[in-house]
Amino acid sequence: MKLKFCLFILAICFVSIPLARAQDPQLVQAARKEGKVVWHTSLAIPSSTAISHYFQNKYKGIEVEVHRNGSQRVLQRFMQEATAGLKNADIVHTSDAGHFELLKDKGMLLKFTPQGVAAFPDGFKDKAGFYYGMRATLSVMAHNPKIVAEKDAPQTWKDLLNPKWSGKMVTAHPGYSGIIMTHVLTLVNVYGWDYFRDLAKNKLHIAQSANDPAGVVASGERPVGVNGAEYFYYKTLKQGNPIKIIYPKEGVPLVVSPVAIAKDAPHPNAAKLFTEFIFSKESQQLLADKEGLYTGHPEVTYPADKPKLKDLKLLAADADELEKRNAEIKKRFVEFFGA
Amino acid sequence: MPVSQTDTLGRLGQTGWAALRFKDPTFPVWIGAALLLVFLMLFPLGAIFRASLWGDTGLTFSRYLEVFTNEQSLTAIWNTLIISISVGVLAVIIGALLAWLVTRTDLPWKKSIRALVMASFVTPPFLGAFAWTLLAGPNAGALNKLYRAVTGSEEAIFNIFTMPGLIFVMTLYSFPFVFSMIANVCELISSDLEDAAEILGANKWRTAWTVTLPLALPALIGGFILAFLHSLSLFGAPAILGLPAGLHTITTQIWTLFQYPPRLDMAAAFSVPLLLATMVLIVAQKKILGRKGYSTVGGKGGQKRLIRLGWGRVPVLLFVLGILSLSVFLPYWILLKAALSKAWALPLTWDNFTLHNLSFTFFEYGDTQLAIYNTFKLGLITATVGTLLATLIAYITNRNLFRGARYLSFFALAPLVIPGIVLAVGLFIAYTRPPLVLYGTIWILFVAFLTKEMPIGFSQAESTFKSIHPELEDASRIIGANRLTTLKDITAPLARSGLIAAWSFIFIGVIRELSAAILLFAPQSKVVSVVIFDLKEEGQIGVIAVLGILLLLVSFAVIITVQRLAGRDVVATRE
Repeated sequence: MKLKFCLFILAICFVSIPLARAQDPQLVQAARKEGKVVWHTSLAIPSSTAISHYFQNKYKGIEVEVHRNGSQRVLQRFMQEATAGLKNADIVHTSDAGHFELLKDKGMLLKFTPQGVAAFPDGFKDKAGFYYGMRATLSVMAHNPKIVAEKDAPQTWKDLLNPKWSGKMVTAHPGYSGIIMTHVLTLVNVYGWDYFRDLAKNKLHIAQSANDPAGVVASGERPVGVNGAEYFYYKTLKQGNPIKIIYPKEGVPLVVSPVAIAKDAPHPNAAKLFTEFIFSKESQQLLADKEGLYTGHPEVTYPADKPKLKDLKLLAADADELEKRNAEIKKRFVEFFGA
Repeated sequence: MPVSQTDTLGRLGQTGWAALRFKDPTFPVWIGAALLLVFLMLFPLGAIFRASLWGDTGLTFSRYLEVFTNEQSLTAIWNTLIISISVGVLAVIIGALLAWLVTRTDLPWKKSIRALVMASFVTPPFLGAFAWTLLAGPNAGALNKLYRAVTGSEEAIFNIFTMPGLIFVMTLYSFPFVFSMIANVCELISSDLEDAAEILGANKWRTAWTVTLPLALPALIGGFILAFLHSLSLFGAPAILGLPAGLHTITTQIWTLFQYPPRLDMAAAFSVPLLLATMVLIVAQKKILGRKGYSTVGGKGGQKRLIRLGWGRVPVLLFVLGILSLSVFLPYWILLKAALSKAWALPLTWDNFTLHNLSFTFFEYGDTQLAIYNTFKLGLITATVGTLLATLIAYITNRNLFRGARYLSFFALAPLVIPGIVLAVGLFIAYTRPPLVLYGTIWILFVAFLTKEMPIGFSQAESTFKSIHPELEDASRIIGANRLTTLKDITAPLARSGLIAAWSFIFIGVIRELSAAILLFAPQSKVVSVVIFDLKEEGQIGVIAVLGILLLLVSFAVIITVQRLAGRDVVATRE
C-alpha cells in the first residue's frame, strides 16, 4: 500500500515535472520574441498593476500592457475593437462569467488550459476548456464603525431595507461591474426583484465599480455599503481605514472571475506564458496574500483574519444564466435606481 | 499725383483679384481647405442621420418614436433642458457682473482677477466636478464637515449630488465664456452715450436700463447661448455628479447606449434632438437680435470712464474673490490635499501624509505616460493644424476668394451647434468600419477635436483678418508673390497675436475635452480626461488628484509660454 503510494507520487513527479520544464523555455523564448502582452482586465488598478510588475520582474523583456476597466466596459471595448477589425487584446479578464460564454459562442476565444487547473474546483473551470477562474471574491456588505456602531449595523440583506438607512448607503452598478452583476443575479434568485425595488427606496448613492464603495464607506460619505468586492474592502481595511466587513448569514454571493486568451491575440505565446504565470501556485498565493483574493488553487493558504469559504454559505451564479439575463439585470437596475 | 497713384494701385488691385482668381497657382490649396472643411462637417452628421433613419428594412422612424416615448429618455431630455437653461442664466449673471466690474469700475487687482477667470476656463469641468464631490459630498465633503463642526448641526449645508449641485458646478466652469464675451464688449462701449442720457436728465438707473443694457444686450444673449450650449454638451460633470443620484442627461444617456450590446442607431436618434435644440437656439438668437448690430459698440470707442466703487471696493473685491475661490482656490486646494494624503477625508497631518499617490501615478501606473503623451500630442497637433485650417478658411471668406466663399463660414461655425458627444457618435459610426478605420488610433480623436474646435479658431482668425486691410497684400501680389506666400509673409505676421490666441483656445479646448473622447478612445489611444474619468469610476481618488494637478500644471505652462511668445494676454482679455 505504502509502496504503491510512493510509486504513485514518484510517477507524478516524473511525469509532471519534465512536462512543465519542457514547455517553459520554448514558450518563454517565443514570448520574449513577441515582447509584450496586452491584458484587458477588471481586476482593481493596484492589484492588476502589482501582478503585471511581478510578471515583468520574472520574465524580463516582456512588457505587460494593462487596460483596467469595469467588467462590462472591458467587454464593450473588446467588442468595439473586434467590430472595427482591430486585433489588440491578448487576454480578457472580467468578473462576469457570462461574458466568457458569450465570447466562446462567438468563437472569439482561444482554447488553452494552463497547468494545474485540473485540481481547481468545478466552479473555476469551463468544461469546454476555453476559460478558467483566475481569482474569486465575495460581494459583501460593509459599514464604517466610526459612524455606525457595530451593534446598530445591518447584518442581513433584508436589514438594508429598513428606512433608517435612507440616504446612508452606497451601491455599485451592474452596468459597470461584473461582481455586482453577479451579486444582483444571485440575490434576485433568492429574494426576487422586489428586494431591489425596495432597496432603491432608501435613496442610495450609486457608484460604478465594485471597488468604489470601499472608499465611499471609509471616507464616511455613505457609512453603509450594500455590496462591493470583498477583497477591496479588505485591502482598504488593511490600510488602516475604518471599515467593518459583514458576511450575511443567509448567503454571500461568490464571484469567480475567469480569464481567457483572445482567438486573434497578437501575442499568443506571451499570452500563454502570462496565463500559465497567473495560475501558478506562486501567483495564486500572491493574490491571496497581497490582494486579499480567494483562488481555486487547492494548496493556497489565506490570511488568518479572512473567513474560510467553507464556513460561509455561498451563493453561486451560473455563467449561462449570467449571459442570458445580462440585459434584463441592467435594465431593471436602472429602472429602480434611476441610472 | 499721389492721389492718382493710389487710384491706379487700387484699380490694379481690383482687377488683380478678379483676374488672378483662377491663375493663382495656389488655388488648389484654397479649394482643398474649403472641401476639407465641408467634408469634416458633413460626414459625421450624414452618418448620424443615416444610422438613425436606416434600418434593416429601409427607412424607419421607429428609433425616434422610441426616444420620444421612452420615459427615461424624456426625463433625460427634461433634466438637460432645466440644467442648461439654469446654467445659461446663472453664467450670464456672474460672467456679466464680473466682466462689468473688471472693465468699467475701479476694482483693484484686475489683472489677478482676469488670471483667475482664465484659470477657471482652463480647468476641465470634469475635474472641477470631481473636486466638488470631495468638497461638498453631503457627509464626507470638506465644506459640509466644516459647517457641521462650526454650527453643531447634523445636516449638510449643500449636497453636490443633486440637480442644484450639478447646475452650480456647471455654472462655475461656464461663466468664463460669458466673461470674455462681455468683457470685450464692455471695453468697446464708450461712455459718450451714457453721458448724453445723463445730460438729458436720466438718472443712473434709467441710463443703465435704457442705454447700457440695450447696448450690451446682444452680448448678453450671445453669452447665454454660449453657456447654454456649453452645458448642454458637457458629459463629465453630469456623469460624476448626476449619475450617483440617479440623474441622467442626454449626454450620459447617449453614452450608456454604447454599452454592449451597443445601440448606435438609438444613440444617433438621441443625438438628433440635441442637434435640433441647438439649431433652434441659434435661429432664435438671430430672430431676437434682428438687425441690432454692434455698430455703436464697434471700433475704438470714445472715452471710457471708470465708475468709482468708493467704500464698496473692498467688499466687492472680496465678493469677486469669493466666486473665484469656488471655481479655483477650493477645488485646487482639495485636489492637492487628496494627492498628498492617505485618506482624503481626514486632516492632512504627518500621519496622513503620503507620497505614495505620486510615486504610484508616475512610476507604477501604466496609463499615466501613455495618456499624458497622447493628450499633449493631440493638443499640439490639433492646435497647429486647426489654426492653419482656420486661417485658410477665414482668409477665403474674408477676402472672398471665390464664389460662395462666404457660405464657408457657416460650415466653420457649424460645430458650435454640434455637441461633442453627437459628433463622436457620428465619427464612431463613420470610422469604425472599412474603408477608413480610424478607431483605435489617436487620429479619430484628432478629427473630432479638429472639427469641434473649428468655430473658435475660425472666429479668432476671422476677426483678426477683418482688422487687416488688403492693401499690403495687394502690394505683395503686384510684386509677384502668389497668394499663399502673401498670406505667409505679409498677412499672417500682422495677424500673429490673433492667430496665437486661436492656437491657445484650440489647445485648451483639446486638453479639457471628454465628451467626444469618452466614445472614441480605444485602450491604446487613451487621453488624460478619459483616464481620470475611468479612475473616478473606480474611486481612485489620490491618483486622479495627482493626474489632475499634472494636467493643470502642464496646461498653464503651455499657455504662459505661448502668451510670452505672443507678447500679450491672449485669453479672456483684449487690452
